[in-house]
This record gives sequence, structure tokens and C-alpha cells, in this order.
Amino acid sequence: MSVAPSTPPPLIELRRLTKTYGKGDAAFQALRGINLTINKGEFVAVMGPSGSGKSTLMNLLGCLDTPTTGSYLYQGIPVETLDADQRSLLRRHALGFIFQGFNLLARTSALENVELPLLYRGIPRNERHALARDALASVGLPTKMRNTPAELSGGQQQRVAIARAIVTGPSTLFADEPTGNLDSSTTEDIMELLTRLNEDRGITVLMVTHEDDVASYAKRTVRVKDGHIESDLSKAK
Amino acid sequence: MFFNALLIALREIRRNLMRAFLTVLGVIIGVAAVITMVTLGQGTTQAVKNQISSLGSNLLVLRPGSGFGPRSTSAGVPRFTTQDAQAVMEQVSGVAAVAPVAQTSLSTIYLQTARTTQITGSTPDYFQIGKWTIGEGRLFTDLDLRSGAAVCVIGETVRRQLFGSENPIGAKIRIGKSSCEVIGLLTAKGQSGMGDQDDTIVVPLSTLQRRLTGRTSARSVNQINISAEDNTNSDAMIGEITSLMRQRRNLSPNEDDNFSVFDTRQIAETLSSSTKMMTMLLAAVAGVSLLVGGIGIMNIMLVSVTERTREIGIRLAIGARAREVLLQFLVEAITLSCVGGVVGIGIALGLCYFLAQVIQVPFQFDTRINVIAFIFSAAVGVLFGFTPARRAAKLDPIEALRHE
Repeated sequence: MSVAPSTPPPLIELRRLTKTYGKGDAAFQALRGINLTINKGEFVAVMGPSGSGKSTLMNLLGCLDTPTTGSYLYQGIPVETLDADQRSLLRRHALGFIFQGFNLLARTSALENVELPLLYRGIPRNERHALARDALASVGLPTKMRNTPAELSGGQQQRVAIARAIVTGPSTLFADEPTGNLDSSTTEDIMELLTRLNEDRGITVLMVTHEDDVASYAKRTVRVKDGHIESDLSKAK
Repeated sequence: MFFNALLIALREIRRNLMRAFLTVLGVIIGVAAVITMVTLGQGTTQAVKNQISSLGSNLLVLRPGSGFGPRSTSAGVPRFTTQDAQAVMEQVSGVAAVAPVAQTSLSTIYLQTARTTQITGSTPDYFQIGKWTIGEGRLFTDLDLRSGAAVCVIGETVRRQLFGSENPIGAKIRIGKSSCEVIGLLTAKGQSGMGDQDDTIVVPLSTLQRRLTGRTSARSVNQINISAEDNTNSDAMIGEITSLMRQRRNLSPNEDDNFSVFDTRQIAETLSSSTKMMTMLLAAVAGVSLLVGGIGIMNIMLVSVTERTREIGIRLAIGARAREVLLQFLVEAITLSCVGGVVGIGIALGLCYFLAQVIQVPFQFDTRINVIAFIFSAAVGVLFGFTPARRAAKLDPIEALRHE
């Protein structure tokens, strides 16, 4: 996965990307030719009404799915040519995920939840513990390592999920409605945390949301409608 | 990768210990049942063999009447004579020793203690044929036999009940109406299928005839014990004995035998082959319960894959490969079934140890069946864990994450 050309390509480059579900008469074209370039260190909010194709776009960007046609280069790697295992490895080494429902393992301590991606990377026990502890500390939960998700508030659970996403030091963080289940003050906390990760660590953040308040934390907002990019606005510096 | 899968699988099992326990219960019961059945079955076979061989190896018993057991009829059939025994010794080839045996039940009294005991009258060869050894004192001799001496050799049960802690050697006990000196104590043999062998008093045949029963007629021998030399064909020997006895008992060719010959070796083989068959049958039944236990594992694992679909989605999203998910579920199933196997073996050994004492069979630890049962339980894990594991590995991460 360490393809390193002399001039670094954009982090993400989509060319005429389409995605069609089903076949024949029942076929449904969710994406109808997306062109999108995202550079390293950006904080992008993807917005759009339900059914607009924004979830499909995020799944493709997160290498969870493959496009029907078109090309997707992630750091110069043509994702559409990778098989499921290769995409797993790409996610393992370069991507982090945060979900609306947190998606932590139940009855498992915060520390073990954060360790999970490191287990798949085969990191030795001591280093794994140290990395997981650091990640939990950096999201502001240094004292909750032994607690299971049931013992944590929604905001704390999302912090654990963020710790799990960043513990491997990914280049891109995918956040799917990260504040959808949180109240407004917790939403602010989480968004500030994501902003900090983006600014301090240079992690590229790609976030799906339908709330303007949340999207306002991002430096760039991409609106999707009917499988097309409707608008692509960067905030004035 | 395997070590990681094991670690992940162990964490998953720890997350739901109760379910894990219920899952393996079937395997535990199956393995325990198989091992218990086989171990106790083998113990029983061994016990039967021990009992038969304690009667005497290569022992043939000649009895008047036909048949053995409930259908035997000896009423009105002439008994044997000491000359019959002599004839067998002299005319049948391959005979090592012959002992005419006369038996009667008489009350025996020592001081204030009285009991009824089976009194056996025979020759000194009786001890050798029946594999009796002397514990204390001496056996009676040919001299005692000729003189009809008032001496007896007693078994361990008789000693315990009549003498308690006293030394029986040299004591005089009353048998029927006569007095007899105890000259020897036989080494204990224990229980056999035919009752307590140690509940016996053996006297010279002549002593029994003259002093105890007063039955001095020639036809007073209840049975003739014959020991064959090693490596003799017992069927041929039985044939020879049969024709000799038909001739001596003046049976015409169209008359049935009015006596029977029992070969303890044949009886031993029959009995041990039937207990072996019984063991196999029980083990097969127990094996079915192991199979059911395996199906239980598959059932729980399949339910667990559905229940944990979202968890699988999370794992796939953060970079687990399909084969790692497969391995995790497979290792979970195998770990469960192996733990079930080990626990089952432990329970089986405890149970066997206890039951062997209750039903009085030797407890024999059979490494082979334990290893087989363990391998089988592990195989159950592989076999019944594979389908659920493959189902888990085939999940699409997007679908799995969307699963509620």
C-alpha cells in the first residue's frame, strides 16, 4: 500500500463515478457521474436530502463498496480494482470510521474497543495498550478505560468511537452523521474534537450530515442531489 | 493471525460466558457420556474376565444333568464316581489335573458362632485346578485324603465370620456332627458372578464322605473339575470327555447326554464379548448425544452470527478481512467445543471413579478413548462451526452495519 509517487497526488480523486443498484427494470442509479477531488487535510461535509446518494458516496469513499463505473483513486491507488480483502487492508491502514450509532462492541471495555483495530494490525500487547490509552486520553476519556459502552453517556461513547478511529493514525476519518444521536451541547464537544483532530493532526475529515450547524464546522461543503454534486463550496479563509 | 483470532475469539466468549456455558453443555454431556460408558464398560469386561480366570484357567467342569443355569435338570440323574474322575485323568489327552468334587451345606460352629457353609470335599488337586493359594497354614495332602483326616481349609469369609480377629489355624470347628481342625486359610479371591468364592470350607473328599455326610457310596461326586494343559483344543477335549462319559454311563446312541461339560474359557469369551458389545452400544448412544451437542454449537453460532451481524460489520469496516472473521468464528466454535471436551473428560473421570466403586468394577483409565473423545469434540467444533463462520465472513460490511 505504500505507493509513493514523486509528486503526491490528491488524497481522493473521483472521475465520472457511478453506482447502480439492481439490474434491468429494477435498476436504480444512485450516483450519476461524480467528479470530486479532496486534498490532504481538508474537512469536508457532505450534505443532501435522504435518497440523494450521499450515503452511497460515503460508502464508496470509505472503500466499503465499489463503483459500477468510473474511477476512484485513493492516494493514487485505483480502489475499483481492489478486491474485498485488499479494501479491508486499505481501511485498516489508512481509514477511520465514526458512525451515528457509535457501533462500539457491547459488554467490552472502552480500552478493548479502541484496541480492536490494532489487534487486526497485529500490534504487540504492550504497544497496543499504550496506543489505545493515548487515543482515549486525546479524546478526553483517560479515566473511562475500564467502562463498557453501557456505562458511558452518548457523547462519551462517540469519543470512544473516535479514539478507535484515530488509534491507527489514519490519513482520513469518515464520519457518518457523527452527532445524529447527540444533544446540542455534546454535538458541539464532538465537533470541536473533530475540528481539533483535523487542524492539529492534519487528519482529513469527511463527514455526512444533514444539519447546517454541524456542517458549518467543515471548511468545505459538498451538496449532493439525485446522484449529482449540486454545489461544492469552500469557506472563505 | 491465528493468535490474534484466538485472542479475539476468547474476548468474544468472555463477553457472554453464560451463553458460552450453555452452548458447550451439550458437548460436555456428550463427551462425558461417551467416556463414562466406555470406561465403565471396559471395567465390567475386565471384571468378568477377572472373575472367570479366578475360577481357574483352562478349567472344564463336568456336571450331571443337562444345561447350565435355570434350565438345568439334575434331578434323578446319576452323579459321578471317583472312578469317573480317575478315568478322565487317564484316558483323555491333554488333561493336566482332575479333581472330583462333592458338595454339601452344613452348619459350622466355632465357640458361640454358628453359620451354614458350603462344604466342599475334594482332592489336593482341587486347589491347583481352582487356582487357590494358601494364605496361612497348609493345604491338606494325599495322606489326609487317604486317612480321611478330620482337617479342613477355610476361606476368608468363613474365617472372618467365625473367628473375627482370632488366629484360626489349629482351632477346632464343628461341621455338622463332627469336629474338624482348621489347618489352612485360603487367600481371598473376592466376589465372582457365582457368589462369594471365599465362603467355603474344603475338606478331603474321604473326610466329607465318611465323617460329614456319611454318604460313602461311590456315586457321591457332584462334579468333576478338570484343568486342561496349555494350548489344548478345548473342543476336542470336550468331545473326548463326552464320549468317555457316555460310555461309562452306559448311554445308548439315541439317548441324550445326562451330563454337561462347561468350558470356563468359552464362557469367559462369550461373556466378555457380550459386555464389549454392550459397551459399544452404550458408547454409540452416548456418541449421539455428542452429535446433538455439536448441533447445539452450530445452532448457537448461527444465532450468534445473526445477532452479531452489526459487530461483524464493525470489524469489517475497521479493516478485518473476511478470512479473519471466518477464523474468529471458527476459533470460537473450536474453543468452545474443546473446552467442552476437556470439561467433559474431567467430569467423566470423576464419574467413572465414583461409579466404578459403586458397581464394583475396576476403574481403568483408557487414554485412547479420552483422546478420541477430545479429538471428536474438537472435530465437532470445526464441523459445526464452519457453516456459521462462513456465513459471518460472507457478510457485506455495509449491510452488516445497517443491521439492527
